[in-house]
Amino acid sequence: MGKRTWNLAGALLPAITAALLLIAFYVVFLEVPTERTMGVIQRIFYVHVPSAWISFFAFFVVFVSSLAYLATGQARWDWAAVSAAEIGLVYCSIVLTTGPLWAKPVWGIWWTWDARLTSTLVLFMIYVAYLLLRNAVSDPSRRANLAAAVGIIGFLDVPIVYMSIRWWRTQHPQPVIAGGAGSGLDPEMWRGFLWCLAAFLSLFAWYFRERYRMERMRAELESLQREMSPRP
Amino acid sequence: MMVFALILIVIFSFAFEPTAEETRRIAGGLLWIAFTFAGILGLSRSFARETTNECLQGLLLTPAGPGAVYLGKLASNVAFMLAAEAVVLPIFAVFYNIGLGSRFPWLAGILLLGTWGFASVSTTFSAITANTRMRELMLPLLVLPISVPLLIAMVEATATWIAGEPMREAYLWLQLMTGFDIIFTVASLLLFPYIVEE
Repeated sequence: MGKRTWNLAGALLPAITAALLLIAFYVVFLEVPTERTMGVIQRIFYVHVPSAWISFFAFFVVFVSSLAYLATGQARWDWAAVSAAEIGLVYCSIVLTTGPLWAKPVWGIWWTWDARLTSTLVLFMIYVAYLLLRNAVSDPSRRANLAAAVGIIGFLDVPIVYMSIRWWRTQHPQPVIAGGAGSGLDPEMWRGFLWCLAAFLSLFAWYFRERYRMERMRAELESLQREMSPRP
Repeated sequence: MMVFALILIVIFSFAFEPTAEETRRIAGGLLWIAFTFAGILGLSRSFARETTNECLQGLLLTPAGPGAVYLGKLASNVAFMLAAEAVVLPIFAVFYNIGLGSRFPWLAGILLLGTWGFASVSTTFSAITANTRMRELMLPLLVLPISVPLLIAMVEATATWIAGEPMREAYLWLQLMTGFDIIFTVASLLLFPYIVEE
């Protein structure tokens, strides 16, 4: 990305995000029809599902950046990886908190060990461990190497986790679940969903840009500090 | 490692009535919790041991290369874990009243596949955490979530074995374990040079 596009993004993204969020919330709360059986609570859908998509997307960015880091050895890929991992975790937390809030009134339980729920939880734990590992290594290039390895292994694990839990659960009788959303969405609902997805995606891009900038400054600071302190 | 697994099994017998039918069904899970927790403790020393006198760097300088170092570590870790399991398993069978009986080759297969997969992930992460702060805590934090599919497969396959059901029903789990072993052994081999790079 060129320097000008980068600066332009910094100026425009906050405004675009704010506008999109306002529109999205207007559409979701005032225009979109209320779901027949679940009622108002179904509106959590517009926050829950886009967040889930974006958190998976963010973890995919971690994976790609990690591969790119190991291939090129350029520190910027490492900065991208850590930025995406942190934001992915934020979105993942949104998914894991809005999920039970929605499940309780609709399914009657906070949590069920269903394939999607459980794999999201495992995903969450993998990336928490990823960030903890980064904190536990002080040398920057070593940290980047180790984190990239974890970023790659962690992402490779995701489909296996999903499949294993699906097999595990489908071997047992399913718990009481009213089939999830997605089987035929009202066009109006699609509209609310797409606005929310666009708003959250733009929020992701903005966060990502700022977080990446922060990481770059932190790396510069770290190297300046190392230059100043006498070598042991 | 072995003693720790034994202690865990004894502690489990306080938490779960060892002779109840209920416990028979969860015995596979208990066995694997004991093996994996003990394994993680043992394996966390795997690479940390090599940090004194830059021993790991010395190993990497040999013409064998990093891949060979990884496979050697993996093989020795599998051997150590299997040795511990070989001692703990008969004692477990006695405590929990489980006949090892005629279908033992199946259980041996499950143990080998499960231990291999778990050791392949743990060996990699043991190399990753060898030079980090709070090494003993970091290793399980990384290994356990990654091993979730393997843990599910090991526990389910072992439960099928203990329940005396036909092993055909566990094929899916055996396949999953084999797949996990292959994927993570290969991925570790590819990533290992970067992990030990100074």
